[in-house]
Amino acid sequence: MTLTQIGGRVLRSRAVAALTSPHGVDRYLEQINPMWAAHEVRARVVSVAREVDVAGHPPVATLTLQPTSTWRGHRAGQHVQLGVEIDGARRTTRVFSVSSPESRTGDRITITLRANPGGRVSRFLVERAEPGTVVHLTQAQGDFVLPDRVPEHVLMISGGSGITPVMSMLRTLQRRTHRGRITFLHYAQSPEHQIFATELDEVRRSGHGIDVHLLHPELGDPNLSPAFLERLVPGYRDVPTWACGPAPMIEAVRAAYDGSDALRLEYFKPPRTGSGAAGGELVFERSGRTATNTGASLLEQAEAAGLTPEFGCRMGICFSCTSRKTEGTVRNVLTGAESSLPDEDIQICVNAPVGDCAIEL
Amino acid sequence: MKLTKEELDRFGEEMDAIRRRVLDDLGEEDAAYIRNVVKTQRAFEVAGRALFYLPPAWPLAVASLSISKILDNMEIGHNVMHGQYDWMGDPALSSRMYEWDNVCPSEQWKYSHNYIHHTYTNILGKDRDIGYGILRMDEDQPWHPYYLGNPVYAFLLMVFFEWGVAMHDLEVENIVAGRRKMSENKALHAGIMRKVKRQALKDYVLFPALTGPLFPMTLAGNATANLVRNIWAFNIIFCGHFPAGVATFSQEECEDESRGQWYYRQLLGSANITGGKLFHLMTGNLSHQIEHHLFPDLPARRYPEIAIEVREICERYGLAYNTGPLRKQLGSVAAKICRLALPDRRRTTSDAPVAAEPVAA
Ligand SMILES: Cc1cc2nc3c(=O)[nH]c(=O)nc-3n(C[C@H](O)[C@H](O)[C@H](O)COP(=O)(O)OP(=O)(O)OC[C@H]3O[C@@H](n4cnc5c(N)ncnc54)[C@H](O)[C@@H]3O)c2cc1C
Ligand code: FES
Repeated sequence: MTLTQIGGRVLRSRAVAALTSPHGVDRYLEQINPMWAAHEVRARVVSVAREVDVAGHPPVATLTLQPTSTWRGHRAGQHVQLGVEIDGARRTTRVFSVSSPESRTGDRITITLRANPGGRVSRFLVERAEPGTVVHLTQAQGDFVLPDRVPEHVLMISGGSGITPVMSMLRTLQRRTHRGRITFLHYAQSPEHQIFATELDEVRRSGHGIDVHLLHPELGDPNLSPAFLERLVPGYRDVPTWACGPAPMIEAVRAAYDGSDALRLEYFKPPRTGSGAAGGELVFERSGRTATNTGASLLEQAEAAGLTPEFGCRMGICFSCTSRKTEGTVRNVLTGAESSLPDEDIQICVNAPVGDCAIEL
Repeated sequence: MKLTKEELDRFGEEMDAIRRRVLDDLGEEDAAYIRNVVKTQRAFEVAGRALFYLPPAWPLAVASLSISKILDNMEIGHNVMHGQYDWMGDPALSSRMYEWDNVCPSEQWKYSHNYIHHTYTNILGKDRDIGYGILRMDEDQPWHPYYLGNPVYAFLLMVFFEWGVAMHDLEVENIVAGRRKMSENKALHAGIMRKVKRQALKDYVLFPALTGPLFPMTLAGNATANLVRNIWAFNIIFCGHFPAGVATFSQEECEDESRGQWYYRQLLGSANITGGKLFHLMTGNLSHQIEHHLFPDLPARRYPEIAIEVREICERYGLAYNTGPLRKQLGSVAAKICRLALPDRRRTTSDAPVAAEPVAA
């Protein structure tokens, strides 16, 4: 046991909790150094590097983060909730996949993200964060991960910034000197938009059983289709596959795999397909507004009605959008499960009304 | 009521405008301010605990810890739990999560204070903070020989204020009167006991034990700090609602209140205390009880600036703005506690509730 580990044990002990009650030990440690923590996870920005900078397009950057010693590491493919204090005041949290290989306690990690136009957190991180900026993290979450025993052949399909979780997997397998075959398929707008271009180029040239295919359909490369996949990886439906990318790509992948359980998907946004049924009336009780149900998520419909409910991930991860539904049926757009319980707390970002619905907003 | 309906509406709109303007202006300075207060409080707390190791510094230790507890309960706890800093999105300053250094569990306090007291301010029979179910603080509370002990009860409530606040939610007076069942208190009771245990363990067992042979001194010091905070908080709070000239209202008067009427009641039901910057800080800006009751969820550091406008508005509408130095407001409260211990002699002349004259500032 190292000294830090012993220190951590002590700081997390019941005795220290009792002494620092009711605030907890982290509320004292942070006053001395924001990088000292016993329970919470924070990280200091070590560097910000532009990955992609095409004039007229949102830039993409990789941030290297040094987490506090409380970071328990991550499995390749997992994501974190990352909160920043915008203008030193308003903490705003969004979700990003870890793009670096699997990590252990206290290891440095990277996240790679596109500065969405109008995106509060992504623009802050890409354009304003600098070495020394402290951000808030959660532990790694998510089950879009490689199994402990990696299959002989794996297929990774990604598009745009959806490359991040599979890049973590690729890097992990490389580091573990994985012997099996990896097919890595990525879609980007153009070679200039290619994230991790240099590294992927090196991987491609070094061989070692990794086939890298970088495609640009806008420039004439083939779109993703069953025929194309079959040509690239014969019998692909039975090859364990990890896919992440924009909605149209994910839809194409889903169609191509036709329900095969070899396919695992990571969503950055809720899928369009699983939405509720349009029709019926939506009542926003607190504001007294009403709208005709379009079948979109309650969060989107509330925003369309001019309300500004709280949100973080817009993907059912962070619970910051939780609101009380007083009446009506909602369908979870991720699972398809329906619920008609009255006075139920639901995540409005991933629930869409089926018919009439009343919500406390 | 002195104002016509139209006047009240305009009065309400002017108040709403102040509120909107301040809300739009919240930002970095407010965040930096409260973080600074928290840092100061933590520093006094740590210094207080540490100074108990130096027996000659005992008075200093007690002073430090008293300041820490007062800041924690008033400028931080009370205000954070009103949601004044919820816009910051910081869990450490969130009304949903904050727990204060006080035996009353924040969850219960938020109900009895934020909801009952702030909604039904000074409505007899509704606002349980009028006399806390123990004292006679208003002519319209019928006299009973029990109230001969008014000054004694007030003294005891002051000494045991945090306990009084914790027990407040059990509504013992309503149980005695048969309006509430013992069983309704079960969950509350468990919550209070949990919090009491934690507070007592830290102040009366662990920290004294950590000072070894100085155990009795530390124990006495911690008890004294709690007592100082009790006395201070009691006096500030009583000066905010019970000096002569503060109005009370009947339930009939307040039926179907308009926004303007609500502001009007909050204004006439509260009183301010004049003083310097440090004094305002130590009262948690409850020295601006009027502004606090008008705008309970605006950061309290804004009250002094808002007060200038509120006074100007009051002058225009010819409304009383009850303010005065601490000794005057205290004297007035003490006189009321004693006077109301006795049955009413003549019920016509002085202090007819609403017809309050402006008290000179
Ligand atoms: C599991 C997971 C992993 C992810 N990993 C990554 C990753 O590795 N890299 C990456 O780049 N992204 C990733 N994302 C996506 C990322 O979380 C979102 O793009 C997020 O919105 C980015 O933050 P932002 O500051 O741009 O967000 P926002 O401020 O929410 O803006 C995002 C977009 O939404 C629009 N918008 C914002 N508010 C509203 C509103 N009230 N009404 C209508 N539209 C609005 C904005 O105009 C903007 O274009 C991931 C998402 C998930 C769920
Ligand atoms: S916004 Fe994160 S769960 Fe809905």
